[in-house]
Amino acid sequence: MSTETIAVVWAGLIAFAVLAYVVLDGFDLGVGILFSAERGAEDRDTMVNSIAPMWDGNETWLVLGGGGLFAVFPLAYAVIMPALYPTILGMLFGLIFRGVAFEFRFRAETATGRRLWDFAFFGGSTVAALCQGLTLGGLLQGIHVVDRQYAGGWFDWLTPFTVLCGVAVVVGYAWLGACWLVWRTDASLQSRARKQAAVLAWATLGLIVAVSLWTPFLNPLFMHRWFGWPGILLTSPVPVLVAVIALVFRMGIAREHHLTPFLCALGIFVLCFAGLGISLFPLMIPPDITIWQAAAPRASQLFVLVGASVLIPLIVIYSGFSYWVFRGKVQAGAHYH
Amino acid sequence: MPALDAFHLARAQFGFTVAFHIIFPAFSIGLASYLMVLEGLWLRTGKQVYLDLFRYWIKIFSIGFAMGVVSGLVMSYQFGTNWSRYADKAGPVIGPVMAYEVLTAFFLEAGFLGVMLFGMERVGRKLHFFATCMVAGGTFLSAFWILSVNSWMQTPAGFGVGPDGRMFPTDYWQVIFNPSVFVRVPHMVLASYLVVAFIVSGVAAWHLLRGPSTPAVRTMFSMAMWMAAIVAPIQIGMGDLHGLNTLEHQPMKIAAMEGDWDPSGPDGAPLILFGLPNMEKERTDYKIEIPHASSVILTHTWNGRVPGLKEVPPGDRPYAPVVFWTFRVMVGLGFLMFGLGLFSLLARWRGTLFTSRALHRMALLMSPAPLVALLCGWMTTEIGRQPYTVYGVLRTADSISPIALPGIATSFAIFAVVYFIVFGAGVMIILRLMAKPPRAGETGVRTDLPTRTAGIHPGLPGAVPSGTGEVSTQPAE
Repeated sequence: MSTETIAVVWAGLIAFAVLAYVVLDGFDLGVGILFSAERGAEDRDTMVNSIAPMWDGNETWLVLGGGGLFAVFPLAYAVIMPALYPTILGMLFGLIFRGVAFEFRFRAETATGRRLWDFAFFGGSTVAALCQGLTLGGLLQGIHVVDRQYAGGWFDWLTPFTVLCGVAVVVGYAWLGACWLVWRTDASLQSRARKQAAVLAWATLGLIVAVSLWTPFLNPLFMHRWFGWPGILLTSPVPVLVAVIALVFRMGIAREHHLTPFLCALGIFVLCFAGLGISLFPLMIPPDITIWQAAAPRASQLFVLVGASVLIPLIVIYSGFSYWVFRGKVQAGAHYH
Repeated sequence: MPALDAFHLARAQFGFTVAFHIIFPAFSIGLASYLMVLEGLWLRTGKQVYLDLFRYWIKIFSIGFAMGVVSGLVMSYQFGTNWSRYADKAGPVIGPVMAYEVLTAFFLEAGFLGVMLFGMERVGRKLHFFATCMVAGGTFLSAFWILSVNSWMQTPAGFGVGPDGRMFPTDYWQVIFNPSVFVRVPHMVLASYLVVAFIVSGVAAWHLLRGPSTPAVRTMFSMAMWMAAIVAPIQIGMGDLHGLNTLEHQPMKIAAMEGDWDPSGPDGAPLILFGLPNMEKERTDYKIEIPHASSVILTHTWNGRVPGLKEVPPGDRPYAPVVFWTFRVMVGLGFLMFGLGLFSLLARWRGTLFTSRALHRMALLMSPAPLVALLCGWMTTEIGRQPYTVYGVLRTADSISPIALPGIATSFAIFAVVYFIVFGAGVMIILRLMAKPPRAGETGVRTDLPTRTAGIHPGLPGAVPSGTGEVSTQPAE
């Protein structure tokens, strides 16, 4: 393989890790965001139990995304982290609170303590999702780099566009979470989740349209990619597919399917992600740094690629096994005999 | 000491977050192995006491592990947020090794943790034991990789430096198996075994002192005391090897640890037992010395040569006053641990292992000792590496991110508040769990949910049918 090809393969693998993270932790962060709408203690337990065995594995994809960037695109890592320092740290603080709240809320001895950790679970999930959206927006709108280091200001990341992205991710994750609950719970909790999923779907789609219409104006390259020839051949199916999936989703909700809504939500997320890829390629950090400029030396990339080609399929298999072990509907307490 | 600036604050912040983090993986590595042994013994002997202990400790493990995960997540991003120049320059060499940690260790732990914590009834005993082994193996692999990275920063090998100052790998075998990895990995893994042995013995001693001694409490006390008696002396030997390795590869760190300013002459080097290294005056004040002892310890010869800090310019010296003392605290605690191990052997021989209150008091008092020793050892090796991030190659001052003082100060303040709240609460919860003795028919993780222990399930839709919700002490096959 040529050095250029290896770098593109790696960009694809990092994108896969980030996508895996977004859809997997997306639904479990979404469950946390939906905590705000759920008052019943038992249903809250059910919600947490539905994701308790998986959240740690889901979050590991984020470590792979960050660690992988460090390993094979160190320049991108070294630029993005300082440039988006506040949003990255905000995300980490959010993830800390919600991560420990899984354990702590079950161990709280007083009602007040439990309410506090419930709030930490909701707040942490929401802040983490918001900061991920801000990070995404901050990357898309471009980062000012001089001499291989971030050269912008402290609040460059905070613009109306990034705020829109942040809100879109929070709403989108809540939608994923609601669809997950439709699939994995039953009775009253399920029917409430179904109503939430229907509303959140339209909110998410509206925000996706807003972000999509705004993005081409950030960078002439994006504009050319989406509306110029021959890029439009590749880009035009994306909105069409989004519309088709939205219709399938509507049918799935109307006929009270259990799994269809979740699959549709995943499909929309994958399409959005593909859209981002189409916009960015071959840029790693807009507006200037390409995949090849950011790449580590060939020896570094090849060394991890050898292992990753064996290990990533293996990881997918045993993570899948863990999901399979905990298949089926979840009820408070009933899960952990 | 220089005034407070972004550079020192970034170092302090990194030190703070990593010091908090290191506690939990050290605990998890040892405890995962202990759980594996307990479950293995239960499967082999069928004795209820091992299952009770397994279920007692797995609750504590689940909380410690969660805190390790979230504090570790912070670490994987801090290399970029605080040390972006280091990430850019050293990333091509060291990033791939960390990527292997994620791919082989983190996913393994996370993938099987759910089954280990919640899956006993779903997958059966053998598959569950397999999951426990995978989690324990994952923690061990994780320790190997991250210590390989740390060792490379101490004793770099297998790389070149390009004209732009960026490093590139030449031989990954040498990068991973660099000169100090063979002493650092065992030293750390043994340390985490001691951490858990002493925490287990402390908890057991607490219950032995307070109440009637149950078989579970006696079993864990006995197991932990065997570990102390066997592992502590091995660790002292390992520490000696580590010292020889450091003398060979990082002589200035040794000089700072020993408080030696001038290299020793033909008469060998005395061991400075106590003293106050003075960086400005280039001498160690108020010292109490043992002639020849430093030569004997470090070179295993009577008059062997021991280095001094004056061999390098002042700007290249690690800050001796800290390193000198952290090293002494670690060694002192190590010998105390060994002493407790010997005391337990004596009590065992006399048949007073479960009745000697002096032994139990000492075990309780010493339960945090290995954790303190571990933190001191870590500070010794990290501060002793200064002023470099990659020893002799990349200076810490050239590694820092272009983040201004207010940014670092703000994030540091938030880190401090968040960590004290979150990890303070976590430690409180763990201590509360430890305050209860393991019971016969101990329940596993989260079976004491409020909706469960009450045994009352109101007839809400979706509630568990009552009567079937009680916990069985034997797992379903």
